[in-house]
Amino acid sequence: MKREPVKYALLVAVALLAPLYFSGGYLMNVLVFVGINTLLVVALNLLLGFAGQISLGHAGFFGLGAYISAILTATHQVNPWLVMLIAALAVSALAFLIGFPVLKLKGHYLAMATLGLGIIIYIFFNEAVDITGGPSGFSGVPNLSIGALVFDDDVKNYYLVWSFTLVVILLAVNLSRSRIGRALRAIHDSEVAARVMGVNVRLLKVQIFALSAFISALAGSLYAHVMTFVAPASFGFHFSVELVTMVIIGGLGSVYGSLLGAALLTLLPEMLRAFQDYDIIIYGLILILATMFMPGGLVRGIPAVLAAILPKKQERG
Amino acid sequence: MKRIALLAIALLLVAGLVPALAAQAPIRIGALFAITGPASFLGEPERNTAQMVVDEINAKGGIKGRKVELITYDTQGDATKAKQLVNKLIKNDKVSAIVGPSTTGETMAILDDAEKAGIPLISCAAGSKITDPVRKFVFKTAQNDSLAVARIYEYLKKKKMTRVAVLTVSDGFGSSGREQLKAQAANFGMQIVVDDTYAPKDTDMTAQLTKIRGSQAQAVICWGTNPGPAVIAKNARQLGLKLPLFMSHGVSSRKFIDLAGDAAEGIILPSGKVLVADLLPKKDKQKQSLMAFVKDYQGHFKAEGDHFGGHAWDATMLLRQAIERGGDAPAAIAAELEKTRNFAGIGGTFSFSPRDHAGLTKDAFVLVEIKNKDWVLVK
Repeated sequence: MKREPVKYALLVAVALLAPLYFSGGYLMNVLVFVGINTLLVVALNLLLGFAGQISLGHAGFFGLGAYISAILTATHQVNPWLVMLIAALAVSALAFLIGFPVLKLKGHYLAMATLGLGIIIYIFFNEAVDITGGPSGFSGVPNLSIGALVFDDDVKNYYLVWSFTLVVILLAVNLSRSRIGRALRAIHDSEVAARVMGVNVRLLKVQIFALSAFISALAGSLYAHVMTFVAPASFGFHFSVELVTMVIIGGLGSVYGSLLGAALLTLLPEMLRAFQDYDIIIYGLILILATMFMPGGLVRGIPAVLAAILPKKQERG
Repeated sequence: MKRIALLAIALLLVAGLVPALAAQAPIRIGALFAITGPASFLGEPERNTAQMVVDEINAKGGIKGRKVELITYDTQGDATKAKQLVNKLIKNDKVSAIVGPSTTGETMAILDDAEKAGIPLISCAAGSKITDPVRKFVFKTAQNDSLAVARIYEYLKKKKMTRVAVLTVSDGFGSSGREQLKAQAANFGMQIVVDDTYAPKDTDMTAQLTKIRGSQAQAVICWGTNPGPAVIAKNARQLGLKLPLFMSHGVSSRKFIDLAGDAAEGIILPSGKVLVADLLPKKDKQKQSLMAFVKDYQGHFKAEGDHFGGHAWDATMLLRQAIERGGDAPAAIAAELEKTRNFAGIGGTFSFSPRDHAGLTKDAFVLVEIKNKDWVLVK
């Protein structure tokens, strides 16, 4: 299986060179958010795609990361890189604690519990006006910087965000191919069977939940510094659902699928702007068609489509 | 003969084309509105109005002979989208100025982008922090909440009422109002005896009103946008709450009267003058603009023009004047906007200065009372 390193190298090359093509235009800015969304979708895919545990509260973890970074750096002038680490650790600790009772639940009940968690966090952002600035948001978050290099424009932010994204993708690919990855897939198929095989199901589920929250919070911190502004509306239930959609459209249980899902759903609305008022209808249609004809997600659907087309060409040749 | 005729036609066509080619490129103005999503009640009339104004400018030959092109994007009320789209307007569409966004949150998210790029931005949102502190390129046309609060407190003071209950919605509009209600209470000798909130989608506020009924309050001030305040009006009626009920300018549209029905009777609220345009005395400076706007909007969209659309009307007209005076270079537009004095628009009479990019005084609001399902000016 030498294909993995090649695939990854190809991705890195494309990611590094993309600004040459897009630089200057606003798509550069959208690609920054593709990077952030990819982080989130990879995080959620570890939980949903590999371990088979749904979460409708991931926008909450994302938001916590963003708000912790925003508040500690803007109000208390703590070093942003340190805060990023603190935020990710704090959020994953929270997920770890909540994970024990919540992940005992299955199916719809788990969906409900994580949904509730997300909503509680959302309400907290709205109501704790003195700390979070309330519904109209919190501004004045500084840009990240290394020495004299300040990440204050799209190209710099692009490289900042994508270096995180590429590292996380690499780690996630490795994780999925390790013993832990196999154990997670075993849990997905049958918890009882996994337990019989000696997997500590309960602990592993909570651990992957915490890891997923860790990455989400990291994405949140990056988001806060890129936007220099955070508001609760960005972290609502709606966004949690959008993340789940990205995971499914991209391909459950595939790290590269997460990238495709995040890229498609982030870029598509921008591509469809030309259709003006009809963009939402076309957007919906594409989602329906994608789930109908590519049930395994883009990551399996696109090769299948290519495979169906290519042999025909060979016949002609 | 045929050839000569063809040649003549061709020449005529070319002759016709030449001036068209020679005409200058259009002036590009960007617009960001929350046309869909939870804030669409703001974005929709704003989009309609901005397009209407631009069409009218073009029909009259544009600004100094140049057509105006309005490039509108829907932010869906989402700060992340607003951020991406403001970048699109600045970098890809290369606009000279931007109208919008509709909400305070979105505006706060994109202030720095406009400022950094040096593109004038005229927000249609109300939050006072948009223009405080003043940024060189950022203006706004929606009235500060503080002005509306001052109007209500002034009236209460005149009526010798000092103990109030405030009931605000927990969203951007409500929390900004609550902040102002609390901040200005002392200045007017008001005492807030109950300070309660409700969520934007709540369908019953009996609990909060029961609490208010049991308090010392002499008046209730509710701060929210439809439909919450209508529910409160109805609940108050059902509870037999006899206290005078005040609302914010967030519900100053016909829709509120429709929603609240009989329960709307007697409610007093501060409103932009657009609601009562026909009731204003002739000498009112804004009367002419207001009547024109109301008539145009009615003609185009078969709906009542409200003050939300008015924010976009003001922003577009301010831009037009600035461009007429100083051309369409972004820096010149910002400089000319700052020199605007006594522009009688829809939201009020604007006078910008280097220290004030909001430009309105409390005259921007009038107090209106709902009587027989219509608006009456409160003297």
